[in-house]
Amino acid sequence: MSDHELRVSKIKSGTVIDHIPGGQALNVLAILGIDGSTGEAVSVGMNVPSDRLGRKDIVKVESRELSQDEVDVISLIAPMASINIIRDYEVQRKHRVERPDSVEGVLECPNPSCITNEREPVNTRFTVLDDAVRCDYCETIVRDNIAAHISDD
Amino acid sequence: MWTDQLVSAKQLSRADIDAVLDHAAEIDENPAAFADRHTDKLLALLFYEPSTRTRLSFETAMKRLGGDVIDMGSIEASSVKKGETLADTVRVIEGYADGIVLRHPSQGSATMAAEYVDVPLVNAGDGAGQHPTQTLLDLYTIRKNVGFDDLTVGIMGDLKYGRTVHSLANALTQVDASQHFISPDSLKLPRRVRYDLHEAGANVKEHTELDKILPSLDVLYVTRIQRERFPDESEYRAVAGQYQIDAELLEAAKDDLIVMHPLPRVDEISADVDATDFANYFEQAHNGIPVRMALLDMMLDNE
Repeated sequence: MSDHELRVSKIKSGTVIDHIPGGQALNVLAILGIDGSTGEAVSVGMNVPSDRLGRKDIVKVESRELSQDEVDVISLIAPMASINIIRDYEVQRKHRVERPDSVEGVLECPNPSCITNEREPVNTRFTVLDDAVRCDYCETIVRDNIAAHISDD
Repeated sequence: MWTDQLVSAKQLSRADIDAVLDHAAEIDENPAAFADRHTDKLLALLFYEPSTRTRLSFETAMKRLGGDVIDMGSIEASSVKKGETLADTVRVIEGYADGIVLRHPSQGSATMAAEYVDVPLVNAGDGAGQHPTQTLLDLYTIRKNVGFDDLTVGIMGDLKYGRTVHSLANALTQVDASQHFISPDSLKLPRRVRYDLHEAGANVKEHTELDKILPSLDVLYVTRIQRERFPDESEYRAVAGQYQIDAELLEAAKDDLIVMHPLPRVDEISADVDATDFANYFEQAHNGIPVRMALLDMMLDNE
């Protein structure tokens, strides 16, 4: 076990999200809907030295495995992240996130004039570009701070 | 396929554009030959925003094809006022009419509406988004007057909110036109349009003043700078004056330049331009009829 891994405790079962860009851990928690009120045990390491990223964040969530939708959205703000599924203190599966072609129903469009912000029965849908996402309806491109547009629903 | 639902100029390939414009030319040549084309068809006009030219030209086009229109009238007198969603409205109207023309203030409204109906649907303007049929009549006007070969177009005015500009810029990439955008910094093209132009490999330049680029243009497309967009009246006045053209200014232009405008104009084109050979905006508006007849004919035939 390296010094870096010792900074946060091992978990018995659940998910470790590693190689999150420094400072994005709280946004990852927001994507997962974790605000401390649901009782999950969560460990967070922030700005840990990293060979690959310089500084990285790590999030460990006890007793929870992530859905593909959650992983897809995490990939938008942490394209280098790796997902480690832990069972009985052992890494059962480890994989890098992959950016999806599109994400549906998870981001809000920042354009107030977009039809998705009207009282219409329509889910948001964003096409994932190389360095941004684009609303399929109004075509607004969101490049900065994508996490700020994660839907509260 | 675009012949089912036309929501964006980006759907139009060069072959699509040529097909609509060729058919419009055929109709222009002999409109009477098309007078009975759609005698049994009804077109629904759903206009959630004020409109004169677009609404009346769609109505005229449909009637000149022998068909008829139904119209939901003013927003105040419709179920929209009771809170009915657009998705519900188009699903109801789909059962009444053979096609729907939609104008709505929200961007992406036509894209959403198209997901709910199977009848042909045309976007007649969605907020600051797209206005593809305006683009088709703009292209018809350009092709008729100066052609598409080695074309250099200047587009001036409100490039940020002008949906006619956004659609036209997309479509001009299909004819490999050089595009010059002239606007104050505060009204430059939005990021999404720049992205599309970049992806299409378009030849694009941006300017804040017209004078240097004017002599190279084949087309000068002017749009209204919308006073209501400016938080401060003095800011509006500072830029509005720079984006007005008159007959004297056009002395520096090529003899065969055409000046276009989607109308309505306010003061961005001086009345003294009307009497010059440069003025093309009224012909451009008239071209809305054969072009929309062609489009409706193709869409309703395909149904």
